[in-house]
Amino acid sequence: MTDAEPVLSLQNVHKAFGGVVAIEEFSLDLRAGQIVALVGDNGAGKSTLIKIISGVHTPTSGGIRLDGEPTAFADASSARSNGIEVVYQDLALADQQPVYMNMFLGRELTKQPFGLLDKSRMRQQTQTLVDELDIRIPSVNSTISDLSGGQRQGVAIARATHWASKLILLDEPTAALGVAETARVEELIISLKTKNLAILMVSHSLDQVFRLSDRICVLRRGVQIGIRETAKTDKNEIVSMITGVS
Amino acid sequence: MERLRSRSIGTDIQQWIVYIGFLAIFLFFALTLHDDGFLTQRNLTNIILQTAPATIMAVGLVFALSAGEIDLSFGSIVAVAALSAAVAMQHYSMPIGVIAGLAAGVFIGAFNGVLVAYLKLPSFLVTLATMGLFAGIARTMTDLRSIPVVNETFTGIFGSGKLFSIPSLVIWTAIAVIIGHLVYRHTKFGAHVLATGDNARAAQVSGIKVPRVRFYVLTICGACAGLAGLLYAGRLQAAKYTLGESDLMTVIAAVIVGGTALNGGKGSVMGALVGSVLMGMLNNGLILMNLKVSDQMIVRGLIILLAVAISLRDTKR
Repeated sequence: MTDAEPVLSLQNVHKAFGGVVAIEEFSLDLRAGQIVALVGDNGAGKSTLIKIISGVHTPTSGGIRLDGEPTAFADASSARSNGIEVVYQDLALADQQPVYMNMFLGRELTKQPFGLLDKSRMRQQTQTLVDELDIRIPSVNSTISDLSGGQRQGVAIARATHWASKLILLDEPTAALGVAETARVEELIISLKTKNLAILMVSHSLDQVFRLSDRICVLRRGVQIGIRETAKTDKNEIVSMITGVS
Repeated sequence: MERLRSRSIGTDIQQWIVYIGFLAIFLFFALTLHDDGFLTQRNLTNIILQTAPATIMAVGLVFALSAGEIDLSFGSIVAVAALSAAVAMQHYSMPIGVIAGLAAGVFIGAFNGVLVAYLKLPSFLVTLATMGLFAGIARTMTDLRSIPVVNETFTGIFGSGKLFSIPSLVIWTAIAVIIGHLVYRHTKFGAHVLATGDNARAAQVSGIKVPRVRFYVLTICGACAGLAGLLYAGRLQAAKYTLGESDLMTVIAAVIVGGTALNGGKGSVMGALVGSVLMGMLNNGLILMNLKVSDQMIVRGLIILLAVAISLRDTKR
């Protein structure tokens, strides 16, 4: 796993809120074309880590390197402009707007000379993206509230893919989905590997973690227990790492 | 799939309801009030002219409601703006009067905006309070006296004048509606207003400056109310604290009948225009039917109830 330079690496990241330590010390390298799964019980610090990487929280100590360069994200916008996108568990989509407007939410395309919205270009680019990722929605003009949960997650992931140049964070990407839809979204996630993006995924489903990930990183109560290559470990080992019971 | 289709048909009906309602009420009055002069060109023109201030306020309110906020204070802003313009014109010149009126509207709107966007107070309560506050200020400004507006340039531009035989009130309405529609449907700002009203958190994490959007929509409401105040002062050739007082219900009804969602994320400036003219037509027809003022209020209240029921039917969240 030393074949490529890490896209993003966390080095001895420590985070405390007042006197409460959320992350003891955490180091992780994320490489392009790889999926790393972050697992642990509730309260283990997974969400805090996601928020640190996406710029919502700044680490108390320790460093973040992006393509080898030391980086500090002032806020979520600066992480975004550095090519890091998050797909939130509760889908950050505007329900009453069409798919194509959601795809460009906050980053709408405009045309000269008056700076008006370029709806046809947004529709067209959305169509291309949706076709490319094989996301089955009735139309790019469909209103989000008319889509199923799986279709919505597809739109959210497509949006992240469109804007991410380096890293996508997936926070429980299939938590709200049924069996068939989960399978569909999992296919989509695997297809992202070919786009040369690094992917960090939080999931509670170990089956899913073993299906999708290249490496598994275990957290317990803010402590990094270890990182395993998925192919060289099994569920029993991971479960005992998560629970601390061997 | 069945459910999906029936839902989209439901939204379609909602979109068209204002036009259908408009036609139905127009036909109803045209048939029943034919002998009372409803269809005369003079009466129809009058309806348009009378609704001009309400339409312009409605344009502002579309932005506020779409962003998930509300403005209840625009009626009071109308009075303060009209009085400011009238008083400024008594002492200074016509342009100063216009600036004073518009500035009063923008200032009060921005005041609402700061309280809502940056102090995070709910707009319903903020504007409920400022409605009373500025209604009181309008009363103290001139000790309840009415101020005449005699400047003929002003009354021409904002009242009875015409340009190429188009009444100036129609021109102002057209300007407000066209600019409003363009900004609402075809600019980033319009998209951000809708996103904010639809899902403020999604808007925030997508990099939209949600507080700024909230500030601007309330300022726009104030500016529209300021312009409406000038139009009232121009048409009536006087300013009084009662101006705009009775518009609150009419304007909210016009906007909601026009397809703008009370809880944000969806709306239409064109719909608000049609809704506003519909409300004006309703007022006009009820008067021609010789209904008592109290009965007119009852009928209008019932229509607003119906409008709200239709508006909320599809957006149970």
